[in-house]
Amino acid sequence: MLVTVPGGADGPSGVLVCAENFVIYKNQGHPDVRAVIPRRADLPAERGVLIVSAAMHKTKNLKPEEFKLFFLLQTEYGDIFKVTLTDGGGDRVSELNIKYFDTIAVAVSICVLKSGFLFAASEFGNHALYQFKGIGDDDNDVVASSASLMETEEGFQPVFFLPRRLKNLVRIDPVESLMSIMDMKVSNLFEEETPQIFTLCGRGPRSSLRIMRTGLAVSEMAVSKLPGIPSAVWTVKKNVMDEFDSYIVVSFTNATLVLSIGETVEEVSNSGFLDTAPSLAVSLIGDDSIMQVHPNGIRHIREDGRTNEWQTSGKRTIAKVGSNRLQVVIALNGGELVYFEVDVTGQLMEVEKHEMSGDVACLDIAPVPKGRLRSRFLAVGSYDNTIRILSLDPDDCMQTLSIQSLSSAPESLLFLEVQASVGGEDGADHPASLFLSAGLQSGVLSRTVVDTVTGLLSDARSRFLGLKAPKLFPIILGRKCAMLCLSSRPWLGYIHQGHFLLTPLSYETLEYAASFSSDQCLEGVVSVSGEALRIFTVERLGETFNQTVIPLRYTPRKLVLQPKRKLLVVIESDQGALTAKEREAARKECFEAAQTGENATGSEDQMENDGEDEDQGDSLSDEHYGYPKSESDKWVSCIRVLDPRTGNTTCLLELQENEAAFSICTVNFHDKEYGTLLAVGTAKGLQFTPKRSLTVGFIHIYRFLDDGRSLELLHKTQVEGVPLALCQFQGRLLAGIGPVLRLYDLGKRRLLRKCENKSFPISIVSIHAYRDRIYVGDIQESFHYCKYRRDENQLYIFADDSVPRWLTASYHIDFDTMAGADKFGNIFFARLPQDVSDEVEEDPTSGKIKWEQGKLNGALNKVEEIVQFHVGDVITSLQKAALVPGGGECIVYGTVMGCVGALHAFTSRDDVDFFSHLEMHMRQDNPPLCGRDHMAYRSAYFPVKDVLDGDLCEQFPTLPMDLQRKIADELDRTPGEILKKLEELRNKII
Amino acid sequence: MQASDRFNINSQLEHLQAKYVGTGHADINRFEWAVNIQRDSYASYIGHYPLLSYFSIAQNESIGRQRYTFMQKMLLPCGLPPEREEE
Repeated sequence: MLVTVPGGADGPSGVLVCAENFVIYKNQGHPDVRAVIPRRADLPAERGVLIVSAAMHKTKNLKPEEFKLFFLLQTEYGDIFKVTLTDGGGDRVSELNIKYFDTIAVAVSICVLKSGFLFAASEFGNHALYQFKGIGDDDNDVVASSASLMETEEGFQPVFFLPRRLKNLVRIDPVESLMSIMDMKVSNLFEEETPQIFTLCGRGPRSSLRIMRTGLAVSEMAVSKLPGIPSAVWTVKKNVMDEFDSYIVVSFTNATLVLSIGETVEEVSNSGFLDTAPSLAVSLIGDDSIMQVHPNGIRHIREDGRTNEWQTSGKRTIAKVGSNRLQVVIALNGGELVYFEVDVTGQLMEVEKHEMSGDVACLDIAPVPKGRLRSRFLAVGSYDNTIRILSLDPDDCMQTLSIQSLSSAPESLLFLEVQASVGGEDGADHPASLFLSAGLQSGVLSRTVVDTVTGLLSDARSRFLGLKAPKLFPIILGRKCAMLCLSSRPWLGYIHQGHFLLTPLSYETLEYAASFSSDQCLEGVVSVSGEALRIFTVERLGETFNQTVIPLRYTPRKLVLQPKRKLLVVIESDQGALTAKEREAARKECFEAAQTGENATGSEDQMENDGEDEDQGDSLSDEHYGYPKSESDKWVSCIRVLDPRTGNTTCLLELQENEAAFSICTVNFHDKEYGTLLAVGTAKGLQFTPKRSLTVGFIHIYRFLDDGRSLELLHKTQVEGVPLALCQFQGRLLAGIGPVLRLYDLGKRRLLRKCENKSFPISIVSIHAYRDRIYVGDIQESFHYCKYRRDENQLYIFADDSVPRWLTASYHIDFDTMAGADKFGNIFFARLPQDVSDEVEEDPTSGKIKWEQGKLNGALNKVEEIVQFHVGDVITSLQKAALVPGGGECIVYGTVMGCVGALHAFTSRDDVDFFSHLEMHMRQDNPPLCGRDHMAYRSAYFPVKDVLDGDLCEQFPTLPMDLQRKIADELDRTPGEILKKLEELRNKII
Repeated sequence: MQASDRFNINSQLEHLQAKYVGTGHADINRFEWAVNIQRDSYASYIGHYPLLSYFSIAQNESIGRQRYTFMQKMLLPCGLPPEREEE
C-alpha cells in the first residue's frame, strides 16, 4: 500500500511504502527511511503485519522538528499507528516515527475530517464515527523509530506492544451494516403481523445474530398508567408562538383529564377545560385561545381565562369535528354540518349550516394555506361509501366540489399539505401539493391528490394497512408534516428524500395519538393504548428494517429454526483463532507480563487502564480488538441454542480438539424414540493450503433436552470427508460428504450406512428433499436431481445441469424447480422440463435403465434455466417468504455485502409488458454514472433472462420531469400512473 | 471468406493482443496459457469486492491481507517458467 506525502509548503513530498512489517519513506534522490511496524505481543511469529488503510492529516500541534502532518495507518488487526516525519532540513526526512495510537475495528478505509472526527468504514459489521480526544501525544505509548531500528542476524529487531482501550478516540455514532450475511431465515417466530428475518452477520468477534423486522424503530420515552381506559388524546399549545405544547388532554368515556407539560407532566384543574364530559376535539384556535369540543357544545377558552360556550340545540349532540387554526366544522347527529370561523377579534362565529343526506362518518378541513384567512376545502366522509369535498369559501359555501366513491365506508380523513421543495435540505424537488388520505373500515388507506384550485380529486392510491380501520393523525417529523395511521399496527406516512413513504412502526397497537413537543422531546408522539399513555419518538427515518442484535462468539455458519419451540440453533466456527479458554489463559499471561513490564518503567496510569480492561469482560473488548491470531490450521467452533425472544443463549457447546462445525439440520428418524434430533457435520484439522485436507470428519447427533433448551450428544459417526450438507429424507439422514451422497439411519452407537452414490463431481454443498426426489447442489457443477428407490435401495441421478455453477445458495421452489445462486453473483432458477418430469415419474424403472446406459458421465436429462440475473454480489442465502400479509410470496436473498433483496413473481402479462418497456426506456435514458451498459452488467456471466431490474425502474421518479413525461408518453401513460404502478409493486413486496 | 476479411480479422486480433496480454496467439505454450488464466482469475477476485470478501471470510483474514496475498500470487501463479528447449 502506498500513501502519498504532500510536498511544497505542507511537507517533504514523496511516498510512504507500507510493506509487510515495515513502513518505508521514499523520495527521488533521497535515501530510504525505514521503520518497523510494532507487533502485538500475542501475534504468532509466522504472521506479518500489513497496513490495510491509511489517512493523512495536517496539523500544527506537533513537535517543532516534525513536519506539520501525520498519517494514521491501520493494520490488518485493527491497530492504528500514527506516523510522523522528522524534518532534517531542506525537505529531507531524517527520521520516521511509528507510534501506537488506538485500536478500532478493521476498516476498509479511514478518513479524518477537518472538524476533528474520524470515520472508519469497517470491512465487516457496523461502520463508526469517532471523535479525536487527543492526537497521540502521550509519551507512554510504544514507538518504533527509523533511528532506533536494529538489525540482527535474524533480520530487523521487532517492536512489541499491547493493545489498550481507546485513549485518543471516542466512538460517537455507528452506521449499521449487515455485512456479511452468512445465513438467513425468514419466519414468523414471534407471531407478529409480518415475519421476522433472522440473519447471521459479521465475522469472528464481530459476528451477530440480527433479527430484522420491517418498519421503523421507535424509542419509547415514557409510559404511564391512567385511571381508566382513555378514548382519545390531544396536545395543545397556549399560543401560536409557543415552541412547545402546554397541555396533554386525555378524554375518557365520561370525563376529560388535563395534564400540563413542564419539567414533569402533572394533572391540572384550573385550565378552564370542562372535565365532566368527554372531549371530541381539543385544539388551538386563533392566536391564543383553546377550543374544546364536547358532545353538547363547544367551549372556547380565551387566553385571559374567559370561556365562551356554544350549545347544541335540543337533543342533538355533536358527532364529529374537523378544525384547523381558523375554521371549525362540527357534524351533529343526523347529518347536520355547522361551520364556524374565527373572526378578527378572535371570536368563534357561526357562519353556515348545511344538511347532509345522512350521518357523517368523518370530516376534516385542510390546513390554512400561508397568507390566507381560510382554507377552501372541507372533506366529509359518509356511510354511503363516498367522500365529498365541500367548499368553505363565502361565495359558494357548502357547495360540493367533487365526490370520490370508495370500496367501503371511510373511518377517518386527513388532509396532508406538502410544502414545495426545490433542492431543499434533503435534495428533494417537488411542487407543493395537498393530499387527502382516508382510512376505510376495510383497513385500507386510500390517498388522493386534491387540486388546490378546483378541489378535484385525482390519482387515487390505496394500501391495505391492517385489520382495523386506520385512524389518521397529523404529526410533525423533521419539521415537516407527517401522518400517523393507527390500524392493527401503527404506520407512519412521511416524505423522505422526495418520496412519500408509508412504513410500519415496530410498536404496539395504538388507539389514538397526537404529536408531542416539549423540552426533552422535540418531535415526539403521545398516544393511548389500553390503560396507558405512551410518549415515543421515531428515529432513523428512511430505514425499512429495524434490527435487534445478539452478539455471537465466532463466525456464524448456519442456522436452523425450531418453529415449535421458538428456538434457534446456530453453528459458529473460525479458522486460526483460539478457544475461549486458551484466550483467557493467554490474556492473563499477557497482562501479567505487561504489569511487570510497567512496574519497571513505573507508569501507573497504564496499569489502571489495563485493570479496567480486564474487568470489562470478553465480548466488548473482543469486538473491538479482534481475536488473537493463532496458527492457520487451528479451528474453534461452537454450537449454540438461542432463545431469540430474550436473546439468551440457553446452551453453548464448544467443540474440542480442532474440530469445526459446517452443517446442521434437524432430523426425525423412523423410530420415534428420541423425537427430533439435531445433526451437525464437523471436520477435524481442516486445511485449505496447499491442498484441501483434513484429519477426519464427523456427524454428531444431539438430543434436545429441557424442552429444546439444551443439547446432549448421543453419538459421533466418523466419515472420510467434510459433511458440508445434511438433510432429513424419509425418516433418515442424507449427508453430502465430499463427492458422496450417503443415506444414514440411526443406530444405537453410531449412524448406519444404508445406501450411497459416489458419482457426484466435486463436493456436495446442499441437499433438499421433496417426496422421493432429492435435489443435490454441487460446489462447482450446479444441481443434480436424484431419486431414491426404496425397493432396490439405490440412489441415482436422473437429471443435472449443463452449466457449471459454483453454488453458494440454493432453495427448493417446487417439484421441478430449484433456485440457486453462484459465487460470481448470479441468481438462477433451474427447472426440469414438464415432459421430462412426467416421463421420469411415469417410467416404472424411473429412468434407471436409461441411467445405467449413461454416456459421457452426465445424467440423461438436463434441467433448463428459466430465470437468470446477475445481482453483482455473492448471494449466501435464499428463501421463499411473504414479507407483507396478503402480498404474495417472493424470493428473499441475503448477500455477502450485507444486502437483503427480493425477487417478486409477476402474475399478469400486462405487468410484464409494462415493466419491461419501462426498463428498456430507463436503460436508454438513464445511463449509469460510470457508463457501463446496464444490460451487459446484468448479463455479466449469463444473458439475463426473464428478470426485470426493479432498482433501475425505481429510479424513474429521480429523472427530470420532461424526461419522465417523455418516457410516460411512449408508454401511453402519465408519469403519475407509472409512479403508482411502481408503488403498487413495492407494496406487494414490503 | 474473402481475403480482405481475413486481413481484417488478423488486424483485429493484433489490436486485441496489443491491448490485452491474455488474448493468446497461435504459438502460445502451455505454461503461458496457464499463467494467463491464473492471473485473470486473481485479477477478477481482487476486482470483485464481494468475491474478495467471500474469500477473506473463508480464510479468516482481513480483506486487505487477502488482496495482498492474491497480488503476490499473481507474480508466479504456476511457479517458475519451464526452461526453454534449445533449438
